[in-house]
Amino acid sequence: MKQLVIPDVSLGAVGPEIVLVVTAILLLLLEVFTARKEKGYLAYTALGGVLLASAMTANMNGYTEMNFSGMYVVDNFASFFKLVCLLGTGMTILVSVTYTINEGISNGEYYALLLFATSGMFFMISGSDMVTIFMGLEVMSISLYALAGYTRNREKSNEAALKYFVLGALASAFLLYGIALIYGATGSTKLAIIGDSLRTGIANYHLIIIGAALLVVGFGFKISAVPFHMWAPDVYQGAPAPVTAFMSSGPKAATFAAFLRVFNEALPSMQADWWQIFWILSVMTMTVGNIMALRQTDVKRMLAYSSIAHAGYILMGFTTGDWFGVSAILFYMLVYTFMNIGVFAVVTIVARKNEEKTTFEDYTGLGYKHPIIGVTLVVLLFSLIGIPPTAGFVGKFYIFMSALQQGYVWLVIIAVVNSVISVFYYLRLTIVMYMTEETTEALPSLSLSPSLVTALIISIYGSLWLGVMPSSYITFAQAASLIP
Amino acid sequence: MSQYIPVLFMLAVAGAISVGMVLASELLGPKFKFREKMEPFECGEVQASSSKQRFSIRFYLVAMMFIIFDIEAVFLFPWAVTFQALGVFGFIEMMIFILILAAGLIYIWKKGVLDWE
Amino acid sequence: MTGLKLIWIVPILPLLGAITNGLIGKLLSKRAVTFVALGSTGFSALFALFAFIELLSLDPSSRISESILFTWIESDKFIAEAGIQIDPLSGVFMLIVTGVGFLIHIYSVGYMGHEDGYSRYFAYLNLFMFSMLLLVLGNNFLIMFIGWEGVGLCSYLLIGYYYDKNSAVDAGKKAFVVNRIGDFGFILAIMWIFWTFGSIDYTSVFPVAHEVLPIGGFTVTGITLLLFIGATGKSAQIPLYTWLPDAMEGPTPVSALIHAATMVTAGVYMVARCNALFNIAPTSMIVVASIGAITALFAATMGLYQYDIKRVLAYSTVSQLGYMFLACGLGAYVAAVFHVITHAFFKACLFLGSGSVIHGLSGEQDMRQMGGLKKLMPLTHITFLISTLAIAGIPVFAGFFSKDEILLSAFFGETQGHLIYWALATTAAAVTSFYMFRLYYLTFSGVLRSTDQHVRDHVHESPPVMTAPLAILAGLAILGGLLGLPIIKDAHILKSFLAPVFSTRGAIEQPHPPMQIEFLLMAVSVGVAVIGIMVARYFYYTNPESAKKLAKKEGWIKIVYRTIQNKYYVDEIYDAIFVKPIFLASRDLLWRIFDMKVIDGLVNGIANFFYKLSQTIRKTQTGFVRNYAMIMVLGVVAVISVWFIVLGD
Repeated sequence: MKQLVIPDVSLGAVGPEIVLVVTAILLLLLEVFTARKEKGYLAYTALGGVLLASAMTANMNGYTEMNFSGMYVVDNFASFFKLVCLLGTGMTILVSVTYTINEGISNGEYYALLLFATSGMFFMISGSDMVTIFMGLEVMSISLYALAGYTRNREKSNEAALKYFVLGALASAFLLYGIALIYGATGSTKLAIIGDSLRTGIANYHLIIIGAALLVVGFGFKISAVPFHMWAPDVYQGAPAPVTAFMSSGPKAATFAAFLRVFNEALPSMQADWWQIFWILSVMTMTVGNIMALRQTDVKRMLAYSSIAHAGYILMGFTTGDWFGVSAILFYMLVYTFMNIGVFAVVTIVARKNEEKTTFEDYTGLGYKHPIIGVTLVVLLFSLIGIPPTAGFVGKFYIFMSALQQGYVWLVIIAVVNSVISVFYYLRLTIVMYMTEETTEALPSLSLSPSLVTALIISIYGSLWLGVMPSSYITFAQAASLIP
Repeated sequence: MSQYIPVLFMLAVAGAISVGMVLASELLGPKFKFREKMEPFECGEVQASSSKQRFSIRFYLVAMMFIIFDIEAVFLFPWAVTFQALGVFGFIEMMIFILILAAGLIYIWKKGVLDWE
Repeated sequence: MTGLKLIWIVPILPLLGAITNGLIGKLLSKRAVTFVALGSTGFSALFALFAFIELLSLDPSSRISESILFTWIESDKFIAEAGIQIDPLSGVFMLIVTGVGFLIHIYSVGYMGHEDGYSRYFAYLNLFMFSMLLLVLGNNFLIMFIGWEGVGLCSYLLIGYYYDKNSAVDAGKKAFVVNRIGDFGFILAIMWIFWTFGSIDYTSVFPVAHEVLPIGGFTVTGITLLLFIGATGKSAQIPLYTWLPDAMEGPTPVSALIHAATMVTAGVYMVARCNALFNIAPTSMIVVASIGAITALFAATMGLYQYDIKRVLAYSTVSQLGYMFLACGLGAYVAAVFHVITHAFFKACLFLGSGSVIHGLSGEQDMRQMGGLKKLMPLTHITFLISTLAIAGIPVFAGFFSKDEILLSAFFGETQGHLIYWALATTAAAVTSFYMFRLYYLTFSGVLRSTDQHVRDHVHESPPVMTAPLAILAGLAILGGLLGLPIIKDAHILKSFLAPVFSTRGAIEQPHPPMQIEFLLMAVSVGVAVIGIMVARYFYYTNPESAKKLAKKEGWIKIVYRTIQNKYYVDEIYDAIFVKPIFLASRDLLWRIFDMKVIDGLVNGIANFFYKLSQTIRKTQTGFVRNYAMIMVLGVVAVISVWFIVLGD
């Protein structure tokens, strides 16, 4: 009998992934063996898994390895994005604790799904083969579909899950078709080999273009780039608030990671073409996002559009195709995770049971009824606007600089105009918070649990400290910038 | 390109014939529409109930479980065939796979998916 | 030299004060809050003074000290350091900010004593001091920008300080948004500078500017015009001036500190700081001078018939800032900085004086309800009179020297049309002295016209904690002019002190006019000021009824009067051009759902445009999955076709 060749396996390289998956399975088992009233500790079990995975990922700093027959790669780039995703997941868990108890969904499945989604992100981030990336994307997406519809009794939540699922399946199909076309053109799904065959010019160029365009669509859907953004407002509004927080951070970061890796490792020789595609996408995404956000009456929906707009800014880093742009994206993603989850934490607090209070009017007078929450939200919103000395400013400045470095002057001008437009809707929320139209109905007081406070402190720390002392984080981001 | 012209011709003729036949029957054929005739299965039997009814959610759960364990079997067969060649590594891998599925089984069992009532 | 390396202490102290009062201020007693706020600014002012003395002790050519605190953003393509730099220009501003700031802190203790949110107020005010010091002490454009945004933020917070008053909240929002429009120009300019010079440090931009960029070239004109857009926003020049009069909704000490003495002069500081760039952009210089001169006259006439005491002062601030920009545009940076200094003294004194009046009259701001306060508030009266004389440009008082210097450089300037600038500025001077004395007579002479018994009974002079800063500022408003005395040959103290900062390369050579003409011009400017005073005296003191008669008169006078009283209908014109058409097109949707009176004028028009656009795009968001999928598929087709078109095959 012929001896089979077993590929090189390095369990150390996938250590964090193993931890996440094992914790998730453990959570499912604990869920069924725990009495309903005692489920409080499940969240902390999940958090423990996230912390352990973070420690292991952080430990991989500076370590580069290609594994599993070149399908899986561990490098600084991957570690940075993984830490961003873990930050997102960890903060989401902190935000979820009170929420899930209040909504009566405090189940192990919820946290298990979060961890499964995170493991999917890890596979996307580390995938050096189109198949690995696609698998990771599906694991992440399917968990997210389930999470979006997690509050089963809310109609909006069901609607969100279904819309997300149907459109997500369509986007996955495009992505898969793109992968197939590229495979057809180059004979491989491995990024490095695709890159080589493109350089040597043996690949069918036309097939590659169509394939790459379909990849843009598939990934563009996940990062909600215009015109593939249509799902975002409905889903963000309908999904449970902590899940929305989660969706806008980790999955976005992971998709950007895969996006960057595919385009900069497999298709770098076409950079002269694709930067123009990203230029257009970036402009459209930020403009449509900002303009649509102006008219929203629901805070979650407004934040969905704001999230689209921020994806537009991040896409600016794509156009450059050099390490400067990539490190700017890395840093921006980190900053964005800090501030955005913080904002959603406040939204979760204000929304109360059944998420009834999510319109702008529901924030009336928040600023002086709950000064601490008010100030927190103001700081986070200012960071989203990009006012110094918050982290949002540094992130924006850095990413604008990277585009400017390549001479994309108009792109930068459009982006600056856009960030001026964004002032209107963020500021509207802060104004509402400090207005004093007396609300007639007596609202139940806001519940601030220790875990929520921790999440808020982390996000405030990130939004301010990264603005004042960003240099060490930027150094990290530069060391992790994929392109030398 | 010239070698494709017969194909194109063939395509055109086939299309014309099929469209023509449908059109001809639509235009020339007599039409009698009554209730029984409009039913999905025109075989004389009166329909018992509408085909658009809801199934119990359990059907879906069982169907999903079937697929999962079916896939397990699909993996087990080739593994069993190459068991010798894969050696200890293969054994451990498969055990991990089975263990994960076993955890899933315990989960659905305790959740009550297997209880039909 | 060591002392100057520690200059970062000056801004850090107010920051610590702000953090302390902001975080735990509510737990502290009022006395402790006062101690923290005053202590931090007081020591900061003291440090600033020591540093300034040390700076003076140095040789003029080496009066610059940079210290890098930490690297903010670093990469091999781009380095931004958090660095502090002191040189004569930032030294002067530092002294104004800490000195006037400290006096206004003292005053605030009295003025804000009865208000809620005492600790919040001081936290904001300290934060403002920090940001402003950062702005003037930064060693690169990014630090300046951070301070720039910081002061805008504090201004927004402090205008909206009375957040239970919706007009205050709206005014705050207006200020914030208008400033952001200016900042948009500023940040683009910074990026353009980085793109051109590869750095944003002052030391690697200004000394090489004239080598890198051709005089009057596209780049330098573009950069300087964008910078100036930033300056118009912050310093309330045409067309972005509309926020400043509304900003008077904030507490009066805030108006004195932020909206008169310091923050609004940030634009002047920026233009003066970038003189190396402006000097080689003659077109921009003409724009700066023209905007300045027009604003000076325009805003002055708007002050003519206002009845709110603080709004008069607000328009006068806009007008005086116009003078400063006129000076900058003429290349007379020293005159501009000189006017910043004297203006800080007399305008802060005027605002604090008006605050004292408002305080004494239980919150009354309408001048028609005032009068006769000369006897009732003697200390306020005398300080107010001194400052009014100063702003009117009467000799001996500080304003005379600085204003006269600006007028002189306009008259003898070499810019085309400099005589028009001179005529505009001189007319504005006459108008200024008229409306300032109108203000003075309406407030202090005659008898108290208030009909409110409560107000009449409670008229009182303000406590010493408020009058002491008034007295000090009034003293400075008299002595400030000494800086302009020609002690050294051909150059006064300030000029020789500031000389190292202002690049002479490409600069417009300042003329040495014949003495006789100089004196003649002085006489003219004093003459118009006196005429202004006399007219005001006739209408509002000798013959108070005549003003009313004039107002009732038919014919062209009435039209002029009405036009001015309605602020030239600027808001209405903006309204008619930008807002009305869109409003009529979608009356229901736009106005019922949203309160569109967020900010008026031009900004409203732009906002409406985007709202309208938003409404159009919104139609694609139908909520139906099939439509979403359709758009996605169209997107796919679009991406593929664009890609092929881009490739061109």
